[in-house]
Amino acid sequence: MSRTVLDLWVGFFVVIGAAALLFLSLKVGSFSGFNSSNTYVLQAPFDNIGGLKVRAPVKSAGVVVGRVAEIRFDPATYRAVVSFSVDARYAFPRDTIATILTSGLLGEQYVGLEPGGDVDMLGEGDTVMITQSAVVLEKLIGQFMFDRAAE
Amino acid sequence: MSGVIGFLRRVGSRTVDMVWRLGFATRFFGLVLLYSGQSFRRLHLTIREIYFAGVLSLLIILVSGLFVGMVLGLQGYETLQRFGSSDALGVLVALSLTRELGPVVAGLLFASRAGSAITAEIGLMKVTEQLKAMDMMAVSPIARVVAPRFWGGVVSMPLLAALFTAMGILGGWLIGVVFIGVDDGAFWSQMQAAVDFRYDVMNGVIKSIVFGVAVSLIAVFEGYDCTPTAEGVSRAITRTVVSSALAILALDFVLTSFMFRGQS
Repeated sequence: MSRTVLDLWVGFFVVIGAAALLFLSLKVGSFSGFNSSNTYVLQAPFDNIGGLKVRAPVKSAGVVVGRVAEIRFDPATYRAVVSFSVDARYAFPRDTIATILTSGLLGEQYVGLEPGGDVDMLGEGDTVMITQSAVVLEKLIGQFMFDRAAE
Repeated sequence: MSGVIGFLRRVGSRTVDMVWRLGFATRFFGLVLLYSGQSFRRLHLTIREIYFAGVLSLLIILVSGLFVGMVLGLQGYETLQRFGSSDALGVLVALSLTRELGPVVAGLLFASRAGSAITAEIGLMKVTEQLKAMDMMAVSPIARVVAPRFWGGVVSMPLLAALFTAMGILGGWLIGVVFIGVDDGAFWSQMQAAVDFRYDVMNGVIKSIVFGVAVSLIAVFEGYDCTPTAEGVSRAITRTVVSSALAILALDFVLTSFMFRGQS
């Protein structure tokens, strides 16, 4: 086989290999698109985070606007502090409410942001003060059973 | 008594021999890297090896990828529909292929298709004393023969793994969406929501690069190190396939525990 034909085949091989990678990156995976350069980090203390995981989505009105970056336990207040990065294109008022929600009955948990009406916006490193904890199914069932017993 | 001593002696000599070979393999890896510059100056040698290792492996990789994806589609649907979540079929197929099956199965196929061929070629060159002849002519056999084959394998492997994964996902889509009737939109959108480019796709590519280096190194080393007889070459080929498979599976465990531990 002459060298030019061989080069053609190798070129073809590299091209379809690159096309497969492109397919994987565009069609299969999603560029989460949040580079560290154009995001800002917010914090929110929660009484109970339920099953929230690092890299869980942060949604507002159902649209993904960020990702959970870090979850840690604050020994001073005995609460969980969730840090999440939010796309810099979206600004949220200071009295935004952060809630831990579940998509579907048994789906993954995510942080929901409900914007308030403040004119000041949250900036890098700010803390979302108003939070609502995750709904823990066992607690709900327990409450329900106690209520029934009391009747 | 003498039986026990003989046994101990054999175990000892095997162990020493293994450590010896491991040391030689490390030194050999260093030499290959050292002579890579020389072989890159004559790039057509490496391109020729990409043809033999990569292009000629295309058919087996594409067909196996398609079938693995189709089996994943069938089995995944069978299990998922019991929990009423057959829409998540795309997630199952894409995650298992990008993270694990793509790099690992493509690596195993690559080791048996291309790795064995590389070992056989270098081994036969050694048997027919071509390597020695090159040395006599002041042509380094490592720069002329070994390094191009090594780099050909290293370049081919990630591309083949990506093709395998892409074909597998298409196979899963073919079975799940076209034949069984999972919703097309749910298949792709749930997949895109669950598969992260950096976390899942890139880690799979990193795995395939590591496997490419390991398989190519084992293949060229076993060929270069083989006993120069017909039997020695056949043993070297067997060793290439066996140790490549072991190396891929062991490395896969190590890489997975580094990449995916404690997350998601």
